[in-house]
Amino acid sequence: MVRRVIGVGNCDRGDDAAGPACIAALHARLANDIELLSCGGEPAALLALLEGSREVYLIDACAAGLPAGGIRRWNVARQPLPARAGISSTHGVGLAEALELARALGVLPRRCVLYAIEGRSYEAGAALSAPVLAAVESVARRIERASER
Amino acid sequence: MRSRTIRVDRLARVEGEGAVRLVVRDGRIDSARLSIFEPPRFFEALLRGRAYTEASDITARICGICPVAYQITAVHALENALGIEVSAAVRDLRRLLYCGEWIQSHALHVTLLHAPGFLGYHSGIEMAREHGEAVRRGLALKQVGSDIIALLGGRAVHPVTVCIGGFNRVPRRAELAGLTERLERSREAALAMVRWTAGFEFPDCERDYTFVALRHRSEYPFSAGRIASNRGLELPAAQFEAHIEQHQVRHSTALHARLRTGGAYLTGPLARYSLNFENLAPIAQDAALAAGLGRSCTNPYRSIVVRAVEILHACDEALRIIARYEAPELPASPYEPRAATGIAATEAPRGLLYHRYRLDADGTLLEARIVPPTAQNQAAIEEDLRCFAGAFLALPRPQLREQCEQLVRNHDPCISCATHFLHLEVTPA
Repeated sequence: MVRRVIGVGNCDRGDDAAGPACIAALHARLANDIELLSCGGEPAALLALLEGSREVYLIDACAAGLPAGGIRRWNVARQPLPARAGISSTHGVGLAEALELARALGVLPRRCVLYAIEGRSYEAGAALSAPVLAAVESVARRIERASER
Repeated sequence: MRSRTIRVDRLARVEGEGAVRLVVRDGRIDSARLSIFEPPRFFEALLRGRAYTEASDITARICGICPVAYQITAVHALENALGIEVSAAVRDLRRLLYCGEWIQSHALHVTLLHAPGFLGYHSGIEMAREHGEAVRRGLALKQVGSDIIALLGGRAVHPVTVCIGGFNRVPRRAELAGLTERLERSREAALAMVRWTAGFEFPDCERDYTFVALRHRSEYPFSAGRIASNRGLELPAAQFEAHIEQHQVRHSTALHARLRTGGAYLTGPLARYSLNFENLAPIAQDAALAAGLGRSCTNPYRSIVVRAVEILHACDEALRIIARYEAPELPASPYEPRAATGIAATEAPRGLLYHRYRLDADGTLLEARIVPPTAQNQAAIEEDLRCFAGAFLALPRPQLREQCEQLVRNHDPCISCATHFLHLEVTPA
């Protein structure tokens, strides 16, 4: 059973890259037994990453009405994401549905935490906005500490 | 006279936003409306004045589920305008992209949107608790479809490699060969999906549809063939508008379509299957017959089995294409812009998709016409509601609503594409 940090998002869409950016920021900062992965959000791919993991930290951008760079944390293993958590997807089945499918299929890791970072702009080709860049580092530090427990 | 109106204000488990309104008089359905209230998206207007080379990337944005069909229909139409012949390898690669799109789109619809209604669940997630194996199988199929698109198209959603004349980049033979083993397992999974869906209970509902789909002399149609019907229609794509007209209705932001000779028609898996059974891969034909489908299918509920059969066909066809693939010398044929009009029709997962473009001598798009399958199917879906919803009127409201939704879901409408879909309304006079 492995431990994983999974960044969800599209690197070419401005603040949607918050998840993958956090994975990049965590490079060489975590214990060797923790895998760092990026994922576009495809539900089957995400399920495959959740299955067989005992501990998973997910990072995704969200639009939950917080100020840009605002961070929300959910203990997904303990309770479902709120219905309007602000995570959205154009794929028909998004992150929230994939996590609930994992729970229904009995493959949700015992420890599964989601950090959602409020984005400001999702412009194609744009860099991360300054508040999201700061939030990425803050989430990286929180995951670093949490994974040491 | 007693009348009431039944409203379903938002359709669940369909792509996009729509509603159903049934007017019931003396216990019979008097009228049925499928309202599509997503705001118009103005893609045709947005294309005017843009460079012809932008059409494939812009039209891909019409849909996150079937972008391949939009962009390839666009390049086919533009290649038709410019007199471009693509190489056999390019044609095969485009067919492979369609295989990927059909597999991922159908697998999502069969597993998470359509099947729960047959098994008495409100959602795919609820169904997954007791039908985990079927859900895993469906998701694995969806992923292999997405992976085909990502490999050929550069990414799984809104791929970027398709261009006029061919591709910006074509894969090496070894890259495609890497998919073979997974596709062989997927073909087995699709066969299991056909058997699983064939075991559902289907209402005894048959209708004498006018089916319209592409028909090809030797291929189950993805992107080539003539437009055909089961009523003797047989025409090239260029004559689509001469035989099919679009018209505005007050309750939909999507244009309705009808045959100029009068009447609604149905496009999509039931039409494609019924007009092209003989060109399905033998393994898909055998599976369909074993599933009790016959060579034609007029029960809309059984469309779930037809979609599973089409996934099976697409897996088999993908394997055939990969086995014979040799990378073309040039990824794209050369071309020059010219003043011309180009037309094409292909088969998106949900049915016939028509594009027409008029270009200036420098390649500026002067006019664009896009007719998505869901827009064409609106009138046929309303007829299904009129014909079949009456049997459910005595049910309590939540069950009646679910039955109406399932009637709509049978045709897997993509409201976002058509910008023109579900909310249920039944009203006392």
